[in-house]
Order: sequence, then structure tokens, then C-alpha cells
Amino acid sequence: MSQQQTAYGADERGYFGETWGGRFMPEALVAALDELTDAWQEAMADEAFVGEFERILRDYAGTPSRLYHAERLSAAVGARVLLKREDLNHTGAHKIRNVMGQALLTKRMGKSRVIAETGAGQHGVASATAAAYFDLDCTVYMGAVDTRRQALNVARMQLLGAKVIPVESGSATLKDAINEALRDWVASVDHTAYLFGTAAGPHPFPSMVRDFCRGIGDEARAQCLDQYGVLPDAIAACVGGGSNAIGLFTAFLEDEGVEIHGFEPGGDGVETGRHAATIHAGEAGVLHGARTYVLQDEDGQTVESHSISAGLDYPGVGPQHAWLAANGRATYTPVTDAQAMEAMAMLSRTEGIIPAIESAHAVYGALDVARRLGAQKGPDATVIINLSGRGDKDMGTAIEWFGLGDAESEAEAVIATEPGEEA
Amino acid sequence: MPSTSAAFAQARAEDRAALIGYLPAGYPSVDGSIRAMQVMVEAGCDAIEIGLPYSDPVMDGPTIQAAAQAALDGGVRTADVLRVVEAVAATGVPTLVMTYWNPIERYGVERWAADLAAAGGAGMITPDITPDHGSAWVDAADAHDLDKVFLVAPSSTDDRIAMTAVASRGFVYAAAVMGVTGARDASSDLAGPLVARVRASGDIPVAVGIGVSNGDQAADVAAYADGVIVGSAFVRALLDHPDDEAAGLDALRALTTDLAEGVRRGTR
Repeated sequence: MSQQQTAYGADERGYFGETWGGRFMPEALVAALDELTDAWQEAMADEAFVGEFERILRDYAGTPSRLYHAERLSAAVGARVLLKREDLNHTGAHKIRNVMGQALLTKRMGKSRVIAETGAGQHGVASATAAAYFDLDCTVYMGAVDTRRQALNVARMQLLGAKVIPVESGSATLKDAINEALRDWVASVDHTAYLFGTAAGPHPFPSMVRDFCRGIGDEARAQCLDQYGVLPDAIAACVGGGSNAIGLFTAFLEDEGVEIHGFEPGGDGVETGRHAATIHAGEAGVLHGARTYVLQDEDGQTVESHSISAGLDYPGVGPQHAWLAANGRATYTPVTDAQAMEAMAMLSRTEGIIPAIESAHAVYGALDVARRLGAQKGPDATVIINLSGRGDKDMGTAIEWFGLGDAESEAEAVIATEPGEEA
Repeated sequence: MPSTSAAFAQARAEDRAALIGYLPAGYPSVDGSIRAMQVMVEAGCDAIEIGLPYSDPVMDGPTIQAAAQAALDGGVRTADVLRVVEAVAATGVPTLVMTYWNPIERYGVERWAADLAAAGGAGMITPDITPDHGSAWVDAADAHDLDKVFLVAPSSTDDRIAMTAVASRGFVYAAAVMGVTGARDASSDLAGPLVARVRASGDIPVAVGIGVSNGDQAADVAAYADGVIVGSAFVRALLDHPDDEAAGLDALRALTTDLAEGVRRGTR
């Protein structure tokens, strides 16, 4: 595990491909970002730090996560489909890797408090978990609209000892929670670390969060070689800010024969304007400290994003993804709300695995890729899907979408039971 | 075209600090914001900062956020900001735009610099870019003879302060506290040492902003800084009179008068 120093990584100022990323930030935070950059680089070069991080992930978070051969799914699409089971990690998603890494670094830097933003609450819960583990004070900013929608996660954070602050400004959603966390940080930076929730934001966050999440791909690559003796033909992940995706992709960037697919939240359909497919339909701009693709209007004002999946509902995207899209190494395709929900039901019924709606975007898109590769190369064609999180948190949405929860209803009539069948 | 450095020189000749007032364009309306800034000039502001409302203002506290959001909700556009610049610059005081970066990148940096200069604008204050990540703006500003006002903060290292002072033109904006914009009860004890550190880097004027809301605070800051920047307190005067423009303008005039007396009282 080390910083990535390749054509796909960032230069020392945080630019990917000389254009994307960087650090568009108030001067007040530059000293803290420089301090963080130095601390992260020293830590990643320190075997004791890396060893401690790996020990915590193994003993506490449950990594390495399994690479599971989904046989019924494979039979249905005519290719070998492997699921990277990040949903089985402690707290139910890949996000525990990022927060444990950042919180361990916070302790190393001698800071006593962490702040975090959260959309649906998953990163907030993970941050509160890490804060409890490391005995750090924790404040989580969450859009007021989201605190009302996700009361259960608010309660989880509070039970873990975190303070949750509802953000009423702007659109009162994730981007505004980030704004408010940055405002806190400007005033508290001497004793506070900002646990950023995704591989976006100003340098060093995109590279640092990637380093803490890249175990996903490092493990999956080794597991695939060990279990099947081959590299996969394709890998796939959902992309909101993009931490689980860059965590999977990084190990495979130099493997030119491996197709890399990111699936963005297509919402009601990109053509409707109600979506969060930032790379597919956004334009280059600067948001939250980095140049990347941004959903914005003609004047550069950020436009609100829409996705059924709160974890993907963000009008920006990590700058390394912008660079991988621009240079063609990875392909980014939108998957609509309806398609993701179809995949959620289908995976539940073919494999007994209820995925997070975020991850269901990757499942839907990857099965298309698997069908194509299976037709080209036969049933040994191999596709790895990052199952980044479990679906328990999404049952409210599923109940509403499918009309579940009433034992008298016949909800299964509206759920496709075979891959590709129309819902 | 009125020059920022001339305004600072004039204040210095009068043995006082300059008073720089901020309001966002488009609040309560585009024309209403022009009238408000004209009142501030009449009552004693030496320069005006016009805020370009932005959806994600990470350096602003609740007061400026509220007015900027209201301006956006009212439909203000980047082109409207240029109209405000033109009207305020016509009063004869140096007029700068304070803006987050993305709207400028979206407008086109070179096109923006040309249009800002054509409107009579003196330059731009950029809270979320620093000189080391702002070369596109530096190049465009130099090509169009515009002021580049970058910020320094109490957390800035001496090396970064020196780099910022060299890259700036017009003045250096010293953030008096670690925090976002907004009125504060007490004057900062961080601002004086920060101003001294900027002074050690060159002879560019240093103006102090964030937290100043009345004449007494302005006098405190004027004792050691070349300029006093006031934003949230002006915005508050307007926000407190949402349905009565005349009352809002009266409050603005009274506040400006108090602050203008303050910058003349600082023991220098």
C-alpha cells in the first residue's frame, strides 16, 4: 500500500492530468491542508502506521472482504460474476476503510476532534464509529432535509456519541453539509481534522481517501488471481463522489486488458435533468476545492442533483474519475433509479443478497457488461462488481418503491425475478 | 478609472485608514443593491466590494449567505453583477468584485477580466483561490490592468504571506480571525500581528476584514491597518428592513457614518 505514482495519479500539487483536482480553497485552510498532506505522506511511508491500519481493518472492520462467485447470477448472464463483498464489513460498507485510516492519521497528528459531512448518514455513522474507536470528539453535519429522511442514522450517530448538526442553508442537502463542515473547519482547524467522506475535495483528500480505500482493489485483484488464475476482463463500481470506485479501480489501472466501468446515478433519466450523472452530463468546473465535472447552470451555480440513492446524490465527482474519464481509461455510464431498483430486487432474489441502492447501480450496469463479454469470450469471461454496501438502510425506499411491507399485497408481481427482465 | 491604490494613498495622506464596504449584488434587487452601494459611497466608503452571489459560499457566515441566497432566488445573473459594477464605479470610488471561483471559470476568465475592466471595475477579491492555484486569474488580471486581492489568514506561514503579498495588487486582505464572515463582539487579537507580518513582506496596503461591525471596532483596526473591510454588518442593516427600502438605506447611511468616523479616530 503506497501512494500511486503513475500516469493516473496526481502530481505533487494534487492535479490529475494537469487539469483535474488541485486545491481551490481559502488561504485560511492551506496550512492545515499542507500539514495533512505531509502527515499522510509520512504515514504511508511508515511501516508501523500501515501495519496498524491493516491490523485495525482486519480485526475490527473484517477485511479482507470476500470475493464471492455469484453462481445463479453468472448462469443468468453467461459470464463469471464475482462480487466484492464490502457489504459485509463492519458498519456495512466500504466507508469504514476510509474513516479508520483518516481517524488513525488524526491520532497521529495529535488532534482531538473530528468533523464530517454526511448525506444519507452512512459516512456520518462510519465517522462516529471511528471516533468512538479512537476516543475522538465527533461532530457530523447533515442537511436538514436528510436528517428528517434518515432519522434512524441520526439516532445511530447519537448512540455512538457523535453530535449531529442539521444544516438549513442552501438546499439543506449533502453539498450544504460539506459547506458547513468547511466553515466549522476554518474556525477549528488547530485541533480538528475533517474526515472527508469521499475521494473528492481539495488536495490531498482525493489521493488520501483513495489510498485508504484501495485495499478493495488490491484484495480483489489478488483474490481473483488466487481463486481463478486470471485477471478479470472487467471491473465495475458505482460512482457518486467515487471512493468505493477509486478504491476498486486503483489496483487495475495498469492492467490494460481490464475494462474499468463506473456507473453514475441516472435518477429519472439524464434527459429529464433530474439526475446526478456528473461525468456523463456535467461540465468542468470547481466545486468544494477541486476542478472536476460539476452539475452547474450557465452562470456556474451548482445545480441540485437527484438520485434515489442518497449516497450517490452529489453534484460533483472525485477529480481522479474526471481524469480517468477524460483519458479514456475508465468508462462512466448512467443507470437510472428504476434500473437500480430492478437490480436490487434481482440480486436479492437470485443470490439472497440485499445490496445498497448505490451498489445496485453497479450491479445493473455490470450485468450488461457481463452479457457482452460472455457472448464474446464465453462463460469464463470474468467481471468483478464492487458490492460497496448492504441494503438494510434502504428498506424504507424499497418498501415505498415496490409496495412491500403489507403481507396481504402482491408486491412480487412488480419485481423482476430474472436479470434483464422488465420490472 | 478610479484606482484602489490611489484611494489608499488618499486615506494615508489624511492619516487614517480606508473604509471598504461590501454588499452582494442583487439584494434586495439589482437596482436596490445599486442604490444601497451609492448610499455607502455618499456616507464615506472609500471603496466598494461587490459580492457575486454563489450557491456554495464556504467562507461566508449566515448573514451574507442569507442575502446571497435571496439574490440568487431573485434571479441575479453574472451579467447583472457587471451592471452593478458599472453603476457603482460611476460614483468615482474603486469598485472590486468579491467572488468565489467557479462562476468566473464558467464565464470564461479572460472574457470576465475584459468585461470587468470595461465596466470600470478596479479588480477582484478571490476568497477561494490562492496565487499558487490562481495563475489563470493572475494572467488575465495583468492583461487587463486589474487589481488582484488575495487573502492571508492568521494560519498563513511567513512564506505564504510573502508569496501572497507579491502576487497581490491593490491591497492584501487580512482575515482578522480564523473563521467565516460575520460580526463579532470583540476585536481580534490575531489581526495586528498578521498585518505586521504582511508589512514585513512589502509596502502593499493591508486591509483587515471579518468581524468588524461598528465605529469603535473600526477605530481599533484603523490603528494598525491601512484599510477596514466591513461586510456582514452592512448586509444586516438591509436584512433587518426587508420591506422598507428607505429604512434600510437610512440604517446603511448611519452605519457608514459611524464606521467612517471610526477609521478617522484610530490612533496611528
